[in-house]
Amino acid sequence: MAIFIDLLLNALVIGILLGGFYAALSIGLSITFGLLDVVNIAHPTLLILGAFIAFFLNSTWGIDPVLAGLIATPLFFAIGWVIYQIYYNAFEKSGAESLRGLAFFFGLLFIIEVGLIIQFGVDHRLVEAWYIGESANIVIGSEIDVAIPYRLLVAFVVAVAATLAIQVYLTRTFFGRAVRAVAQDMMALRLMGVDPIKVKRIAFAMGVATAGIGGALMIIVLPIEPSVGRLYIGNVFAIVVLGGLGSISGTLLAAIIIGIAESIVATFFGPSWSPAVSFGILLAVLALRPEGLFGKTAGAH
Amino acid sequence: MKYLFEIVCVLLIIGIFVLTQVVGNQFYFFIGFVILQYMVLATAWNILGGYGGYVNFGSAGFLATGAYTSVALINFLDIGLVEQIIAGGAIAGLLGFVTGYLTLRLRGVYFAIATLALAIILETVVAHWDYVGGAAGTSILPKRKPELFDIMVVDRKTGIFANYKEFLFFLMGTVAIISVWIARYIENSKLGRGLNAIKDSEEAAECMGVPTLRLKLIATTISGAMMGVAGAPLASYLTFIDPLSAFNLEYAVNAIAMPMIGGTVSWMGPVIGALLLGTAQQVSSLWIQSELNLLIVGVLLVIFVIIAPEGIVGWFRKSRKGSRG
Amino acid sequence: MTRILANRVRVWLLGGLMAAAFVFSAPLATTAEAQSKDPIKVGFSMALSGALAGGGQQSLVAIQLWAEDMNKKGGLLGRPVELVFYDDQTNPKNVPGIYSKLLDIDKVDLIVSGYGTNLIAPAMPIAIEREMTFMGLFGMNANAKWEYEKYFSILPAGPDPAVGFSEVWFQAVQKKFQPKTIAVIAADAEFAQNLKEGAVRNAKAFGMEIVYEENYNPKTPDFTPILRAANAKKPDAIYIASYPNGSAGLVRALAEVGTDAKAVGGGMVGLQFAGIMAGLGPMLNGIANYDFFVPEPTMNLYPGASDLIDRYQAKVKAENLKVDALGYYLVPWAYANVDILGQAVQAVGSLDQDAIADYIRDNEFTSVVGKVKFGKNGEWDRPRTLVVQYQDITNNDLSQFSKAGTRKIMLPADISTGELQPFNDLRK
Repeated sequence: MAIFIDLLLNALVIGILLGGFYAALSIGLSITFGLLDVVNIAHPTLLILGAFIAFFLNSTWGIDPVLAGLIATPLFFAIGWVIYQIYYNAFEKSGAESLRGLAFFFGLLFIIEVGLIIQFGVDHRLVEAWYIGESANIVIGSEIDVAIPYRLLVAFVVAVAATLAIQVYLTRTFFGRAVRAVAQDMMALRLMGVDPIKVKRIAFAMGVATAGIGGALMIIVLPIEPSVGRLYIGNVFAIVVLGGLGSISGTLLAAIIIGIAESIVATFFGPSWSPAVSFGILLAVLALRPEGLFGKTAGAH
Repeated sequence: MKYLFEIVCVLLIIGIFVLTQVVGNQFYFFIGFVILQYMVLATAWNILGGYGGYVNFGSAGFLATGAYTSVALINFLDIGLVEQIIAGGAIAGLLGFVTGYLTLRLRGVYFAIATLALAIILETVVAHWDYVGGAAGTSILPKRKPELFDIMVVDRKTGIFANYKEFLFFLMGTVAIISVWIARYIENSKLGRGLNAIKDSEEAAECMGVPTLRLKLIATTISGAMMGVAGAPLASYLTFIDPLSAFNLEYAVNAIAMPMIGGTVSWMGPVIGALLLGTAQQVSSLWIQSELNLLIVGVLLVIFVIIAPEGIVGWFRKSRKGSRG
Repeated sequence: MTRILANRVRVWLLGGLMAAAFVFSAPLATTAEAQSKDPIKVGFSMALSGALAGGGQQSLVAIQLWAEDMNKKGGLLGRPVELVFYDDQTNPKNVPGIYSKLLDIDKVDLIVSGYGTNLIAPAMPIAIEREMTFMGLFGMNANAKWEYEKYFSILPAGPDPAVGFSEVWFQAVQKKFQPKTIAVIAADAEFAQNLKEGAVRNAKAFGMEIVYEENYNPKTPDFTPILRAANAKKPDAIYIASYPNGSAGLVRALAEVGTDAKAVGGGMVGLQFAGIMAGLGPMLNGIANYDFFVPEPTMNLYPGASDLIDRYQAKVKAENLKVDALGYYLVPWAYANVDILGQAVQAVGSLDQDAIADYIRDNEFTSVVGKVKFGKNGEWDRPRTLVVQYQDITNNDLSQFSKAGTRKIMLPADISTGELQPFNDLRK
């Protein structure tokens, strides 16, 4: 029994931390896709770009990966700015449905991936930091020992902080409200004298900017090579949809739910079923609540 | 001529058959098979995605269903390629029906994500199914001398086809032409018009009395079946199949990108897209001796969709209209 | 008017871009420079991008070194050697087309495989149909169903590769710890699953009880729950068959959660790669894993291997190649793959594929991977995997791994350089 409780506690703790990590990967997409309706399928590959920048700064100058991620954030803001400008001119301007962007972002995904191969090679990369490979142990009695790996804890704390910051920014500032309005009523914005394109551009750049820090967290948690991004496309989109489109806090909660589910399954039922369980949850939720767990608008989008 | 298109189809099938008899260089059958397979996949995707506006992100799952149906039946009954294609289409069609039924309430991106989730769940299930090789994959030995209705199909001397690749190419070519015919038929039928109405506005279509649920079910079933048909010969083509290659992201990408590039409003779109992008992929990966081949594909994708956001077909229509005005 | 112009511009743009794409691709498409005498072409597919590209790029450099060597020595059969290769993107689907192009368009004279079983298997039917001698690099049982008599495998795992691969690990662990229970963790992918199957059979043969046996999905980001679940069964040893991502993840989980098992490791692919070794550093201490070549003094039974590795490392540095900086894992094997074929061609004196295959089947070869004799299904007639234990790693400096002492050989006994120690004794 004690062993069971020990495993369960550990699975829950790891699941929550893992959820934070997933949230860090998805939060940018929650803005670009959830709020702005841009199917940015290249987001995971942008994360890999962030991971490699963190790797570069870490291996050349020994800069802490989280700090490296913060340093890279303005760069990613600029990248997002440029991507949106191209996307807008090519698709949104002419009123093309957002689906059209899909092929564009697929192309972008390949281009970034090859760029990474050319610049960094194809080998797996890791970063060094004092908190990698260490853990805090909380011992209760003689049987229960909950280990908290610092690398996941760092990812969790940074992810939650980023989510809260974005959430506050979107709800408390004028510009943030404008971003949310863009998703709902472009016309009203125009009447208020705000240029919706400018708002969307900045918001999109913000979403992409999170890939700087998200990528850094990624390489803290696991080894990275250029094609890893593709593996995470399903996960990040699933989390954003599960959380409900447009809901930043919903994304965080959905990520934690998936994290806990995967961790519990890995502990008690066999890790190879993890993906089936997390996507099964997604399907079940969609069947019962088509707008996602914390979404407000009804099914149609 | 009322049946002009059908006649052209038959002529094309005959043409493909003649090609297999005349062309000695095997290489063209190999890349031809790949491009034709994409043509079937893209055409299948477009029935639901292009006409109906429902984006299937899990095309790889349907394709793999066809492929793994073949593997299971080869292991179980040692059946031939034609039967595999029929069975693969049937099972994937069934899957399409179930998918359609389960996702009736889902629209837009929710439907897309649901299909993706389905593909990932299927992949996990196949990885656990040891009978078809599980995660480790399995080798498939094509029959040395397959027969169909007591006719020797593949044999170097006495068969209709001198080798297996010619047979595969011919089958895939035939399947591709039939798929395109079906797509064109749907486009001009009540089903196609109904799907178009759903794409424009599902509520309006419903109000107008379009049986949206039924049409969606029919479309998911046909589209799924066609994807299964595209996947069924994969096991025989690769002779080794594992979940990673059958559920490859590449299929989901191409199934969407090809109609996008060609144009989603007409049956010609996926055909042109598959020919263009498929050829570009094959040429770049087979003539460039480095990882740069992926770059070419990426750049082409971006350029095509930027220049022609409505696809090549839409672009030409626009050009024609434009030069008139 | 403007609309017409706009359309014209569009047409030009499209045409111009297509043209540019072709002009751009043309210089890239040239194969190795034409040489005066009619060259012997060696063709292969290789994973230069995608999941297996780390091994593929390394192998490519090794094969290029071989071609340089041959041409310095006056070529093969007096003809220069030319390599023709394409990127299979780690996607089996590209492989049949590539080999068909190699044989039908490029008209290569010899073929070898790409890296890994699922990229070898799709080329088999073409090799069989054209009756080509086919050398396979790190294929696991790739010929088991085909039983093609002209296939030869470069993988030192013996006639039953799945079992031979891990047998020596079980011997080493059995000798030292006599474990009663074992946990088996494996990646849900082809190579790892074969390793697992072999490990399970070995565990039974050595009388160990398997108390935990689970597969993990290759995209698992964190492995602490898996390790915990395994630990809960209190195994004496843990056999891990993993891919690079999982190997690194499990090593980190071992550092964070720990284990009471005395022996941990076995079939962890990726721990031999320079980037991962340097990244994990001291966390590797205590892991007992398979390997093929390590810079220990007793490894000189592989004539020319250390010399080859020196040249590889020099080339990587000089040309600033973005590949594995050390090259221990694949370089000797990829080199041997073409070298043995070349030796056979030279000995036979022609490109007659039957004669080449007969020669390879009937003779023992000496290459940079030591003595090689092929047996049933073209697999090696006896296994020669090494068991190494990571010891005395103090930091994340890459250069320590190119010196003796960090990966000591436990078995085979004749080249052993160290003693297997309990996992936890080597952790700080």
